[in-house]
Amino acid sequence: MEALIALVIGVLTAGGVFLALRGQTFPVVLGLTLMSYAVNLFLFVMGRLAIGVPPVISDAAAGYTDPLPQALVLTAIVISFGMTAFVIVLALKARAELGNDHVDGHHEDSHEGRH
Amino acid sequence: MNALAHLPILPVVLPLCIGILLLALRNAPLALQRGISLAAALALIPLALALNDATADGTHLVYQLGNWVAPYGIVLVADRLAAWMLLTTALLAVFALGYAVRGIDTQGRHFHVLFQLQLFGLNGAFLTGDLFNLFVFFEILLLASYGLLLHGGGRQRVKAGLHYVVINLVGSTLFLFAVGTLYGVTGTLNMADLAVKLAATPAEHAALVQTAALLLFGVFALKAALLPLYLWLPAAYAHTSAPVAALFAIMTKVGAYSILRVYSLMAGDAAGPLTHLLDAWLAPAALVTLALGMAGAVASTALKQQAAYLVVASIGTLLLAFGLGSAGALAAGLYYLPHSTFAAAALFLLADSIARARGERGDRFESGPVLPRARLLGGLFFVVAVAITGMPPLSGFLGKFMLLQAALDSPLLPWVWGVVLVTGLVGVIALARSGSLLFYRTYTAHDPAALTSPTNAALAPVIGLLGLVVGMVIWAGPLSDHAAAIAAQLLDPRQYIDAVLGGRG
Repeated sequence: MEALIALVIGVLTAGGVFLALRGQTFPVVLGLTLMSYAVNLFLFVMGRLAIGVPPVISDAAAGYTDPLPQALVLTAIVISFGMTAFVIVLALKARAELGNDHVDGHHEDSHEGRH
Repeated sequence: MNALAHLPILPVVLPLCIGILLLALRNAPLALQRGISLAAALALIPLALALNDATADGTHLVYQLGNWVAPYGIVLVADRLAAWMLLTTALLAVFALGYAVRGIDTQGRHFHVLFQLQLFGLNGAFLTGDLFNLFVFFEILLLASYGLLLHGGGRQRVKAGLHYVVINLVGSTLFLFAVGTLYGVTGTLNMADLAVKLAATPAEHAALVQTAALLLFGVFALKAALLPLYLWLPAAYAHTSAPVAALFAIMTKVGAYSILRVYSLMAGDAAGPLTHLLDAWLAPAALVTLALGMAGAVASTALKQQAAYLVVASIGTLLLAFGLGSAGALAAGLYYLPHSTFAAAALFLLADSIARARGERGDRFESGPVLPRARLLGGLFFVVAVAITGMPPLSGFLGKFMLLQAALDSPLLPWVWGVVLVTGLVGVIALARSGSLLFYRTYTAHDPAALTSPTNAALAPVIGLLGLVVGMVIWAGPLSDHAAAIAAQLLDPRQYIDAVLGGRG
């Protein structure tokens, strides 16, 4: 299970980095989102993977899972959600102001080209 | 509990409450909104002074939120360094806001709300004693800064803003990876507790915590605009409105503060695998940042752009001092920090007045009409230039002099002296060139009435900031003594750890 989770985080991060390096704003936003998914998963497993044990005190519990990373992930999710909403609006505004969706605001006929 | 016990949280809660209040009052008369915002910013000064006073004897004021005992709860810790940063921020905010209330705050919505939330984030970041809480305050100040940066809108501003937002979002992700790794190894996020646990890291985890600590350094270096992560700064600062750029003069210092705070605790003399982790990185990177920042200042084509590159150069000087790490160098850096903040803010505000006075030429370096009130503007420009390049008799010179003196017993001595002195000269050349272009190579305007003469109210914040710089020279003795006391406290992290953990560490 650890290997599977590690693989998922790795693939999400790699995909996120790849997309964030693209030239248009939409892939960049998607890339940032994938990276935030990866980091949320990463934070979550930093409390170690435990199956079927409660996070809060109970008399019947044989063991506990770490509740703190779950609280951290909740905070991180809220923040990244807000940031994603903001960056989408900003990307739309940039599209309107600059006339195209390139991150540097190139024009269609520029020599730098679009990717 | 007496009033002093709640003092550390007041600079955090006050701007938050005022920000929410201003949001509720968004349809109230503008004068009322401005009055509340200015009064709240002014109120931060006595609070910061009280904190400076309370911590001057070396006390750490520890505020346990919800009365949860550290390391289980989140703590706010006010020590000399935090109080020093709070005072710098409060003074800067008053003058930036004083400039904004002359009309820039009406160019978009919610300027005052965002401004107060920015102060909330800044003050929180300076006071928190918890690494994840530092992340949260970073996000607050960044989100407010996104709004402020874009305030007023416009093509260039949106383009620079997009870059700024995206690079900071990547930075936030890296921050979380680093925090997660540190938590995974140590099981704590309290900075004092982290320092204790990291010092006792077992050997098999040494590489892991070193990776996390360097990742964290990367994030702080990004905020501080250290080479090679400074590329976002010049465009963002040059294209935003003047009071926002002035306030952002403290934003890069948040990164520098975080480096100082976190690594003085986690990578000091006895920090296990992290001992002196940054020694190989910080000072060399700072030297190159200083050199490239000054090169950028020479190559700039407009005054605001030049001011932005001078911010990069000043962060190079500051982190060079922090990178050398000796008591004397830290004291020099801590004395230089408020100076460079005030001087850079004054230059941004003055550049805006000059740009307005030049009409359509703006702040571009090309010959333009004779400026209205040219003597006053030119005189102010001269004083700002002297301050920001670190020439005598102003405080920049004293800061650099203390730094050069502190470098005497460093192995980097020739590099420090060479780069600091040569970049000082280059800075003088750059500003002499811009000053002569703006004020001497002029022609008589065809229609002098079309040029906006800067009002006294517009120049008052600039004069006020320069007054602070002059004040730092007049009281240089007590201030540099205080900076030395801050440095001494930082070099003895045991005090901080004992204060937070109550000797249980």
